[in-house]
Amino acid sequence: MTFELTADQRLFQSTTREFLADTMSITAVRAAGETEAGFDRGWWRRAVELGWTAMLVPEQWGGGSVSGRPLTELSLVAEELGRSCAPGPLITTSAVLAGLAAGGERFAEVTGEVVAGERIAVWAVYEPGHGLEFPVGATVPDIGTRLTADGDGYRLSGLKDRVEAAGQADLFLVTATGPDGPVQVLVPADAAGVTVTPTWTLDLVRRTGEVRFEEVAVPADAVVHTGAAAAAALEAEIQVAAILTAAETVGATDRAFDATVGWMFDRYTFGRPLASYQALKHRMADNKTWLEASRATAAAAAETHDDDPTGAAEVVSVAKSYVSAKAPVIVQDCVQIHGGIGVTWEHDLHLYLRRVTLGRALYGTPEEHRRRITDLITAA
Amino acid sequence: MTELESVEEFRDRARRWLKDNLPAATGRYSGPENDDVWDRSRQLQRILFDGGFAGICYPKEYGGQGLTTAHQRAFTEESFEYEMPLVFNIPTLSICAPTILDLGTEDQKHKHLTGVLRGDQLLVQFLSEPRGGSDLAGLTTRADRDGDEWVLNGSKIWSSGAYAADYGICLARTNWDAPKHEGLTLFLVPVHAPGVTIQRIKQVTGSTEFCQEFFDDVRLPADSVLGEVNGGWAAASRLLFHERSAMGGTSPYMSGSRPRLSVDLSELVELARSVGRLDDPSVREDIGEARAMFRVRDQLVARVSRQLASGELPPPASSIVRLFSAENAQFQIDKAIRIAGASAATAAPDGTGRQLGIDYLFRNSWSLAGGSAEMSRNVISERLLGMPREFAADRGVPFNQVKHGR
Ligand SMILES: Cc1cc2nc3c(=O)[nH]c(=O)nc-3n(C[C@H](O)[C@H](O)[C@H](O)COP(=O)(O)OP(=O)(O)OC[C@H]3O[C@@H](n4cnc5c(N)ncnc54)[C@H](O)[C@@H]3O)c2cc1C
Repeated sequence: MTFELTADQRLFQSTTREFLADTMSITAVRAAGETEAGFDRGWWRRAVELGWTAMLVPEQWGGGSVSGRPLTELSLVAEELGRSCAPGPLITTSAVLAGLAAGGERFAEVTGEVVAGERIAVWAVYEPGHGLEFPVGATVPDIGTRLTADGDGYRLSGLKDRVEAAGQADLFLVTATGPDGPVQVLVPADAAGVTVTPTWTLDLVRRTGEVRFEEVAVPADAVVHTGAAAAAALEAEIQVAAILTAAETVGATDRAFDATVGWMFDRYTFGRPLASYQALKHRMADNKTWLEASRATAAAAAETHDDDPTGAAEVVSVAKSYVSAKAPVIVQDCVQIHGGIGVTWEHDLHLYLRRVTLGRALYGTPEEHRRRITDLITAA
Repeated sequence: MTELESVEEFRDRARRWLKDNLPAATGRYSGPENDDVWDRSRQLQRILFDGGFAGICYPKEYGGQGLTTAHQRAFTEESFEYEMPLVFNIPTLSICAPTILDLGTEDQKHKHLTGVLRGDQLLVQFLSEPRGGSDLAGLTTRADRDGDEWVLNGSKIWSSGAYAADYGICLARTNWDAPKHEGLTLFLVPVHAPGVTIQRIKQVTGSTEFCQEFFDDVRLPADSVLGEVNGGWAAASRLLFHERSAMGGTSPYMSGSRPRLSVDLSELVELARSVGRLDDPSVREDIGEARAMFRVRDQLVARVSRQLASGELPPPASSIVRLFSAENAQFQIDKAIRIAGASAATAAPDGTGRQLGIDYLFRNSWSLAGGSAEMSRNVISERLLGMPREFAADRGVPFNQVKHGR
């Protein structure tokens, strides 16, 4: 998405790229994959010093974007993360920050800690057996997790899965059904009654987990949003997560595509390079076209959101559905064109395939977002 | 230089003018269905010209408005609800006239561009031949010099709308001793000149818009040459660039046409409702996906257009939008067929459903017209990704020694 960036944005992009090149080479990513957490908190603290977590947060709380285009700029980071298959809870944290930023002054302090990388806050929205539940008007369908009144505060019970970086989290932003409809509450990971179970995730370094809340005591001031505001916040969080996932997926696909074009010039069969065979040239022409279309739609989603977040729902679903459906097709074709080496552990291609497959699965599958587009247009 | 009118002021002025001067559109435009369309379009184009809204991105000295693509876009949006001279768009306004603007002499520009913008001239393309369209430079229609004149012989085919047009931009061979790309010249041929015979060809849709032309000793004056004698390949390349832009949707010279090439979304929703399947989740996925493809296409067109204009992407990148547009058009038709079920091939007594089946028959026109999708894939792989060119048995060989067909 290197289109029409300002000088400041380009600088930000290159700083991010250099940081990742220095600290997260593919070798380093593979090594991180051997660790339990998938990433090191010290590394994350250094990373966020570059401004990765500041974009969605008001300036008076220690946030701020490079030039007032937060999603465009965050997308640059996500794209670089995809290009390097790097770890880090950027997407989930950004979703949480979008929710907290809308929660008012009361959350300024905790937001500051998350921005500084001192605490990691992740988003707990999924429930077993359910897809992403998109807000419908002021409500959110089927939230099994319950928040019930208990004295001055509440109790939270339920099970969330597909929680990114669950094992590394200090805080969960949990969506639940409260006494008056949907709510979002902020729950510390070490609260009594919270159990985190790591789950298997295809990506080498980006982990997910299951989080059980059993009669967890939630003080009244941990309620971030209720009712219509909770539905609106969830919508905003979904959009942020979807935009960033699309951008990250574009980055990973771009790398796999470039590597494959390079390979096609190096690899010879029957005395000529793979790049000279029309059957393969034509497939790469299609892949190139889909990749450029992916770039265009991911950038358009970020741009539209920066212009006016309230009107962005459809474009965001367009981008997420298109990019996350096409990327695995492109990267799988890259595997095929690599031949046998493409399915070895040794070759890096599978790291990109892992990343785009995870990107397809999380924050609304293409099918979910397509149905949402139709919901949006037939409701209008 | 005088200040340009702002896009918003222009839009307001256009909106008021359209309301006062053009009738409301009737139904979806899907090509010239009957011969009256041409005369009607000429009248409409003249109304636009007199009102100061013809050729928004064409220079003023040739009858245009000298405005920007943003003005054109605004006008196009405002004009959706009105009857517009849409047959002028492809190829007259978006392919042929821009080529004349790029390559023509002053006289040619005054004569043809002003003629087009006033609604007096329709232009068509005489490129493809019965023995092949993809290998355009392999053509065998010939033009031989005779004193100050040229004498044209041969045949062109698949020319859309030629019977109703005034001039055809015709690529012909003028030197048989040179390799194929070096012996070509582009001409402006009067469609109804003595020696030109036009036959209409019926398409699978039933339309007879397609034509084949036979040239028998057609005499052309010296000033019919567009560009350089024997420099026809470079000239044709300009034309093909405009053609890709037109087919892909990046051309600034189209006016009033919706940025879609076939079935539109409200039609899919309507279709699903009419066959009682709007609540089917798989149908809702199909509709959402179809909508997404349209929007992605628009986003791609916008982005690639900006990158072509800024030089960030080289001209062959226009093939990306050309290829995507073909894919999208077919995708939309395929989705409609899936949603329609049996209604795609059988119609109710009132005819509902008939158009869809016919669209389906003509589905591949989107990846053939304006150069095939395969040619676009060659351009993308060879000229954007730098991959080796396909083997050509005629490269560097004098054309009169090249083998043609079995
Ligand atoms: C609706 C419509 C309108 C048209 N209007 C006009 C017009 O106004 N004026 C005009 O001049 N022409 C017009 N055409 C013709 C069009 O430009 C040609 O049909 C097109 O260029 C393909 O040429 P062809 O039909 O001769 O196919 P061929 O060149 O015979 O090709 C046949 C098939 O082989 C493929 N192919 C050929 N060579 C290669 C290769 N090297 N590598 C891979 N695949 C290859 C092609 O892609 C195609 O699929 C129109 C066509 C259509 C469908």
